[in-house]
Amino acid sequence: MARTAATSAHAAGDVIVLVGTMKGAFIVSSDASRRKWKIDGPHFPGEAVYSIAFDQRAGRTRTLVGANSNHWGSTIRLSDDFGKTWTGPERQAVRFPESSGLSLAQIWQITPGRAADTDVVYCGVEPAALFESRDAGESWAPVDGLLKHEHRQFWMPGGGGLCLHTIIQDPKNSQRMGIAISTAGFYRTDDGGKSWSPRNNGVRAVFMPNKYPEFGQCVHKVVNHPSRPERLFLQNHWGLYRSNDWGESWQDIANGVPSDFGFAMQMHPHDPDTVYIVPIQSDQFRVVPEGKLRVYRTRNAGDSWEPLTGGLPQSQAFENVLRDGLAADTHETAGIYFGTRSGKLFASADEGESWKDIGGTLPPVCCVKAAVIGSS
Amino acid sequence: MPISVIVPNALTPYTRGVGTLVLDERCATVAEVLAALAMRLPALTDRVLTEQGEIRRHVNIFVGEESVRFLEGLETRIDDETTITIVPAVSGG
Repeated sequence: MARTAATSAHAAGDVIVLVGTMKGAFIVSSDASRRKWKIDGPHFPGEAVYSIAFDQRAGRTRTLVGANSNHWGSTIRLSDDFGKTWTGPERQAVRFPESSGLSLAQIWQITPGRAADTDVVYCGVEPAALFESRDAGESWAPVDGLLKHEHRQFWMPGGGGLCLHTIIQDPKNSQRMGIAISTAGFYRTDDGGKSWSPRNNGVRAVFMPNKYPEFGQCVHKVVNHPSRPERLFLQNHWGLYRSNDWGESWQDIANGVPSDFGFAMQMHPHDPDTVYIVPIQSDQFRVVPEGKLRVYRTRNAGDSWEPLTGGLPQSQAFENVLRDGLAADTHETAGIYFGTRSGKLFASADEGESWKDIGGTLPPVCCVKAAVIGSS
Repeated sequence: MPISVIVPNALTPYTRGVGTLVLDERCATVAEVLAALAMRLPALTDRVLTEQGEIRRHVNIFVGEESVRFLEGLETRIDDETTITIVPAVSGG
């Protein structure tokens, strides 16, 4: 791969917030205090960045970006020096086999694999498929068990297309993984990707005649915590759910939220009972309820939710936050970040108690990821 | 005269900076031209064609002054003096 030398240094403890927008990627950084921020970008100006990730396993400082040119297609670009240089030009590495009859439309998710599998990276794409890299993102191959799934012919695209947007893992079980597809629902593998079964029991599909089908739900996001991987939280296209058994069954946890419609969902990095969401008014009016920009947090695994509003506009704020628009860093007092469809980027250095606009006006934000340098 | 392929500036990173490619191979169709290019510059043709070998939705290919969409597509026949132009469509936002 073509790559030029030079490494831009960040000190251990610095925070980087990776922001994918409709017009390129931005790398926003601060020291550990998270008071002053520097914005670097746009990288890939004009290209839509729906997926972004940072991989610090095996001593890497690798940024992975799924960039989509409206004209020339999608590709994953890599940087090991915080965006100073990127791989390229080269072949588009995420490619469907000709025999599949499918062509790549968008890269929706990039997720480093388990800590033990230091070179494994996954990506989820549209049309819905999972790809795996065994060389830290340089080359990719589709996961056949999902590519050839018997349900594929029945999956229907949601508003954003038929996309595989969520990948969750189980650090205790290398054979188990979950993915979510709009609109197909949540699927789980227990044999390392060879076979996949729908796990949507209790998750509603309001737009179907049968409200509780085996599959076909429009799941927007699923998260879990590595210390308790069997417990999942799910933001649905209407519906907020928890599963205590890796998706075997789901229970409603929309307790005290202004709407159970929404997209974004983020796990707290250290507390398996704490989850963040941004409720959205409805599928017909995709903005925050009442024009109040509120992040909601549960600290008891969904038994109750509280609004977090400090520093956020509480009137005439008709904002939306997309499914990957909410992120957390891994400092002991976690930083929480989110970007909006109107291009605002907010940060909290105190777990959501208070917020600050740190990004000025960016293009519409598609995804946000955060990391602490030197931390895994 | 050989076949010429004019590529837009956005794709010259995939042609080692060359804006007009010249093919000495004998090619009867646009598809054969692209196949010949794919042997030498696969990163270029990745950007022009999908995995299924179809012209990307927002890419236009002209033979002379005619878009192949209004001719025979990739099967449009060419002769030895043809100039093929690859152009990004007027689209975006």
